[in-house]
Amino acid sequence: MKYSNRTSLVVAASLAALLTVAGCHKKNSAPPPPPAPPASAPAPMATIAAEPSTIAPGGSSTLTWKTTDATNVSIVGLGQVASAGTQTVSPTQTTSYHLIAQGDGGTADATATVTVASAAPPPPSNIGESNIDENAFEGAVKPVFFDYDSYDVRPDAQSTIQANANFLNQHPGLKVVVGGYCDDRGSTEYNLALGENRANAAKQALAAAGVSPDRLRTVSYGKEKQFCTEQNEACWQQNRRAQFTLDQ
Amino acid sequence: MIASSPRKFTVLRIFLFLAFLAVPLAGVRAQDWVRTGTNLGVSKIRIAAADFKAASADPQTGGLKSAFDQTLYNDLRYAGIFDVVSKSMIPNATPGSPQEIKMADWSATPANANYVAFGALTPSGGRLAVQGYLYNTTQGQQNPQVLGKQYNGEATVDSARTIAHRFADEIIQQLGGIAGIAETKIYFVSSRTGNKEISVMDYDGMNERQLTHLGTVSLSPHVSPDNSRVAFASLGKNGWSLRMFSLDLGRLTAFPAWGGMTLSPAWSSDGAKLAFSSGRTGDPEIYVSDALGNGERRLTAFRGPDVSPVWNPKTNSQLAWVSGRTKLPQIYIMDSDGANISRMTDGGYAISPSWSPSGQFLTFAWDRKYGPGAPGGYDIYVMDIASKRWTQLTHDSGANDFPSWSPDSRHIVFQREQNGHTEIWMMLADGTDQQQLTHGGGSNTMPNWSWK
Repeated sequence: MKYSNRTSLVVAASLAALLTVAGCHKKNSAPPPPPAPPASAPAPMATIAAEPSTIAPGGSSTLTWKTTDATNVSIVGLGQVASAGTQTVSPTQTTSYHLIAQGDGGTADATATVTVASAAPPPPSNIGESNIDENAFEGAVKPVFFDYDSYDVRPDAQSTIQANANFLNQHPGLKVVVGGYCDDRGSTEYNLALGENRANAAKQALAAAGVSPDRLRTVSYGKEKQFCTEQNEACWQQNRRAQFTLDQ
Repeated sequence: MIASSPRKFTVLRIFLFLAFLAVPLAGVRAQDWVRTGTNLGVSKIRIAAADFKAASADPQTGGLKSAFDQTLYNDLRYAGIFDVVSKSMIPNATPGSPQEIKMADWSATPANANYVAFGALTPSGGRLAVQGYLYNTTQGQQNPQVLGKQYNGEATVDSARTIAHRFADEIIQQLGGIAGIAETKIYFVSSRTGNKEISVMDYDGMNERQLTHLGTVSLSPHVSPDNSRVAFASLGKNGWSLRMFSLDLGRLTAFPAWGGMTLSPAWSSDGAKLAFSSGRTGDPEIYVSDALGNGERRLTAFRGPDVSPVWNPKTNSQLAWVSGRTKLPQIYIMDSDGANISRMTDGGYAISPSWSPSGQFLTFAWDRKYGPGAPGGYDIYVMDIASKRWTQLTHDSGANDFPSWSPDSRHIVFQREQNGHTEIWMMLADGTDQQQLTHGGGSNTMPNWSWK
């Protein structure tokens, strides 16, 4: 074939040229410096805690936070705050306080959740399984929420997992779909994989709390079925969850 | 086959010149190199496309002719190797045959064309005949004709466009040395109907057609190398599974439903194998199977998401994919048996790899500053695999994702989200000449360029 050699040369050559042409912006005989941040700017660190982490309706909790190497510190919902401090909050419903510390060396974040216990939780054992519809089920089996780009079940979700497991163990005939969800920021395919990891982490946590894994089926929804569509942290947090629904 | 002309040697010389410049990418220290105004060679071939002559008085002729003229002009412009003479600078003439063209008019200022494409369009009795010529305008040539082609089809606008694409690809093959992309297709996901379904369009954004009507969420279309099947992932009652749409039969065909979530299928270039992500163990990992979904085998075994595999189409002996094993997703490559894992990106949020047909480059989406509190601003990058040197192709224009190489390696198609709308764009592989291909009617995402 007369053209084959030249054709492959041309393909390689033109592509290589594209990269070379676009890759260099100015005359520069030294290789480009590595993109690492300068050593003088250490990465910030951030911690936040809520005490107590569970309050009754009308009660209050104290947030305590600490950051290092940050120039700009904020708590989502509360705005800019000092680099370390305490503040009393009285949320009316379960709220996650997301601390973001930005510095020259990067960004760090941490989350504390204040759970508002409902005044009189209905004793779930009084409900017969045949009477449990989707609404009653979701009223009793609550979602668990995840940190950004993480599929680890947070310590503050353990009480939810335990309550969910108690309900499911009292109703052994129910089968459950564990749906994994992600916020809107990541890419479609990666979020579907991450959502699968989240659903599976919630499934494992329920199994560890005594629910037979045979009753639990995972489905990842990635960012295809969002609970909230605004572009802010409160909304993103709503979407980073494992949701439990009846498997019918 | 044409006789070698001085012009062709010039073209070859340009590519050799570029090949010399590419040598530093193979590991040698970079040469000094200044970006010029024209990215693909200091002198692109200057070509003019005459409006074709309507050689019959058939009332249909006007619509067919304008579709043909516009398509041929755009194909030459998008090809990336031509400096196409603007329609306002070409002679006011529609030569239908070599006897009717005055070559001096085309080689002179303002056209200054080195080559001219011209010919005649003859609709009659529901059929359309097109005679197309490509001539070298250089004076005193023994044989100025480079191409003389006869095409026949139905007298429809679609057929006129198809013929223009075929003629354009002949010209591109002849002057550019490799096959053009004017007859290729782009598969993508459109939510036009309210659900995400798989659609297909011509590479220039025309002739769009919806393939699936599943009424759920269908994603990640990848067409087989022989253009006979489209593999994609679809959400059903039992979660995500791979589905197979036969382009020959125009319907879905049977494909095994493995347990667990199955995502992001990708064909090897010989059409013999598929790679995909499966969550059957509870942790999404990369698997390969044969083209019918049999003999599946797991390649990765690390905690965390593994997704979006693509084959090295040159060898089919390597895969690139996305892994979250170190938290934020990064691009990795490995051998097709899972050995020799190498991390390609050094941080940020890197996703959606596509391997160039030459085997030398990856293109992917990357947000190098991704982190909490920093909203995603993905851009498209190209990386030379041997040196891991990369260059950024898109800048400050929305969130860009899912790049896919064209079969000629000169173009990249991708999705761009701006102002809440996601549309499909294409560009040359150096980031220039960005063109929007889809326009509204829901989101248009996840483009996949056909193999030929």
